[in-house]
Amino acid sequence: MSDPVSALNGARFDGIASVEEAGLCGMITLRGDFASAGFAAAVNSITGAALPEVGRIAEGTEGAAAWMSTDELLLMVPYAEVEARLAALNEALKGEHALAVNASDARAVFRISGDGARETLAKVAPVDLSAEAFQPGDFRRSRMAQVAGAFWLNGEGTFTVVCFRSVGEYVFKLLSASAHPQSAVGIYKA
Amino acid sequence: MLILECPYCGVKAEETELHAGGEAHLKRFGPGSTDGEFHDYLFMRENPKGVHFERWRHANGCGKWFHAARCTMTLEVFGTYSAQTFEPPQEIRDAITAKRPGWTWRDLK
Repeated sequence: MSDPVSALNGARFDGIASVEEAGLCGMITLRGDFASAGFAAAVNSITGAALPEVGRIAEGTEGAAAWMSTDELLLMVPYAEVEARLAALNEALKGEHALAVNASDARAVFRISGDGARETLAKVAPVDLSAEAFQPGDFRRSRMAQVAGAFWLNGEGTFTVVCFRSVGEYVFKLLSASAHPQSAVGIYKA
Repeated sequence: MLILECPYCGVKAEETELHAGGEAHLKRFGPGSTDGEFHDYLFMRENPKGVHFERWRHANGCGKWFHAARCTMTLEVFGTYSAQTFEPPQEIRDAITAKRPGWTWRDLK
């Protein structure tokens, strides 16, 4: 079988923040009824995470679960295990009104790290990314310039950005331009 | 810039994250209706100067449709509410009455 390759093969740009393609990430789109106990148990069995609160991402021992909308979750698991986890998830969801799909190869994932990370993203997304408003564990679906994307912040101040693979190159160039070394605005003091 | 709070994800979304969906609370007249009813359903829209009810979709976000009550003249937003309703909830009507006493919209007041 052919080797899976990520959208930009680990491209990287260093400026006021470092933008790098994160490589292959396993992602499962899951829709269903959040109020059902069986649904929450199935999510927990696959990722080790609890159901995330609105607009948050819940980290688990085996992966993570992010709140996409009132009936949709994005489950993050290791790329190599995604098919096995999906099968286990479908097994755990037996009898539930739910749908799970492997969306790993439909996506590109980037990481933005460094002091200018908040500013780099804030320049291209209509979101308040100040330290008070956007905190570690917050997850937001929005747009980046002209395309849809989602991002969250981890405890080390690194953003992870998810977008469609078809616009991966656009998003990388966009974030690189936004992280240009001479483009610092300095609105978010570290 | 119009800023609406999405009632589903709680995000204060600005206009570029949203997609306008036209007038709210339309009742569909399809097969079996009279020509007059079908014509009115297709073409007759409110175009008020003042209080208006609209549908919006949080397109670059949670993707859900919702309703918004706002003033077309001042862009003041009176509130947003769930799409799963046939008419504005009482708290939205009260909020409008507090700001615009005597408002009317179609057969609502």
